[in-house]
Amino acid sequence: MPTANMDLKFLTIDAARTAVQERKTTAQALAEAHYARIQQEDGQIGAFLTLSKERALEQADRMDRMAAEGKTLPALGGVPVGIKDVMSTRGVRTTAGSKILENYIPPYDGTAVARLEAAGAVVLGKMNCDEFAMGSSNENSAYHPVHNPRDLSRVPGGSSGGSAAAVAADMAVVTLGSDTGGSIRQPASFCGVVGLMPTYGRVSRYGLIAFASSLDHIGPLAKTVKDSAIVLRTIAGRDPMDSTSADVAVPDYVGELDKPVRGMKLGVAKEYFSEGLDDEVRQAVEAAIDKLKALGCDVVPVSLPHTPYAIPTYYLIATAEASSNLARYDGVRYSRRARGVNTLSEMYRRSRDEGLGAEVKRRIMLGTYALSAGYYDAYYLKAQKVRTLLTRDFDEAFRKVDAIVTPTSPTAAFRLGEKSNDPLAMYLADIYTVTADLAGIPGISVPCGETKEKLPIGLQILGKHFAESTILRVAHAYEQA
Amino acid sequence: MKVTDKDVVYVAELANLELTEEERAGMLRDLNSILEYVDRLDELDTSEVPPMAQVSDRYGRNEAKPGSARFAYASREDVVEGLRKSLAREEALANAPDADEEFFRAPKVIER
Repeated sequence: MPTANMDLKFLTIDAARTAVQERKTTAQALAEAHYARIQQEDGQIGAFLTLSKERALEQADRMDRMAAEGKTLPALGGVPVGIKDVMSTRGVRTTAGSKILENYIPPYDGTAVARLEAAGAVVLGKMNCDEFAMGSSNENSAYHPVHNPRDLSRVPGGSSGGSAAAVAADMAVVTLGSDTGGSIRQPASFCGVVGLMPTYGRVSRYGLIAFASSLDHIGPLAKTVKDSAIVLRTIAGRDPMDSTSADVAVPDYVGELDKPVRGMKLGVAKEYFSEGLDDEVRQAVEAAIDKLKALGCDVVPVSLPHTPYAIPTYYLIATAEASSNLARYDGVRYSRRARGVNTLSEMYRRSRDEGLGAEVKRRIMLGTYALSAGYYDAYYLKAQKVRTLLTRDFDEAFRKVDAIVTPTSPTAAFRLGEKSNDPLAMYLADIYTVTADLAGIPGISVPCGETKEKLPIGLQILGKHFAESTILRVAHAYEQA
Repeated sequence: MKVTDKDVVYVAELANLELTEEERAGMLRDLNSILEYVDRLDELDTSEVPPMAQVSDRYGRNEAKPGSARFAYASREDVVEGLRKSLAREEALANAPDADEEFFRAPKVIER
């Protein structure tokens, strides 16, 4: 069984946990096999920013001792995972992909990380991402870009690019990512893995480095829909440390996966198949919808008329919230301070100037402008009102259907450098994903074929608030068919 | 052009950012191109639409309760160390670029 050269390709959560439980391998060997894989592959991919080997091997040892004593392992016992570097990990450097947090070592664990570890997961390290999760290609990481494992000349998507690439390249069984405008689903689509953004409030954000608080979500990236369900079950639920976490019961997502989808109503909105959608992506998604029909789902047209306004709405709200959240990087408590500063204001400005990258500054500027006197009503308030309209679109559609199916992204993975000089073109990569963040509804991206150039394509399934079971079920049925 | 160079300087000051001349020029270009795109929101009449600040306005509320008690799920008792112990002082200071044994150190706040 598992050695350094073992085939990690089909290693799912259950396969890993069962192998450790039944002593066919050890959690230590599994962790070492993944580190060997990282050693071999990650030089050209760049998915990891920090390895937490000591912590991983201690946890692995704990799981191995449990297995040796014949105790039942928890849901992720011995399973190697990666954590996006925007989530605090006690004693393990957490940079958010930014130079301003280059040396930051959190004194506590975020709730999602703590819950994963309490369920036996082995944290291999921290995943590369766009700086403060701001980006759609991972090129905004202050450390190094991530390359798409399927084609190294292409981006893995963003901002959870490292999280997606690591799963795609078998350097972790599952990873955690965060999604503010599509940052879990879009990279999952680009790398050919499953990415789940739960309902707003479903998973505690305690310990998540804030980007836009009314839009930030934590969720899993995995090889299978079932693995996503297992991770969600583990990390979901009310947490008193996050007042926005919802007091809503957590169902048995895994147990409900195999319920039939026959008779389920799936909505298709023409607004998600309009100009800008690549032909190959359209064909693959239409074929996926046909497959769901063949499984007995009823496909119903729905209308989401405000969709063309989602990107401008998103970029006003997200940047306004970011400009406020990122004010904390002041060079005093935990962020890097510029050398040789004499006054307080000089310290703020120079520390932020040196520590923050171009896209982060651009968004802070846009957000500050949108909130500033004289522009608040025209920009920020206007965007909040349009957010209501976008949310009502979904309310209306979900009166008729159980879920909505769309492409995850208008194109497959683009080339590194292709959009990095045009912020607006980059923002448009999120056109099909930002709507769910704005409405707070859950969405999942599941692989649905490839382009002629062998680049993965993603099918997005959106559901009602707290209806993760429904979208997981549809995704699972599609994946298994 | 909606945004002028003067606006960029002013907003940078509000945001505590120091921008080089080159950065300022790029910012001017990018902000104008993004805001021009954003202007399409004006096509929508939102005079009767309430703003949406939070998704959690939409769940968890107990409408049977009066006032802020509707949001009881999001509150806790007001007690010292109600959810967790405070960080030990040395832990809280450990990431500071400059600190003594008790305090964060920063340049003088009042400039004369």
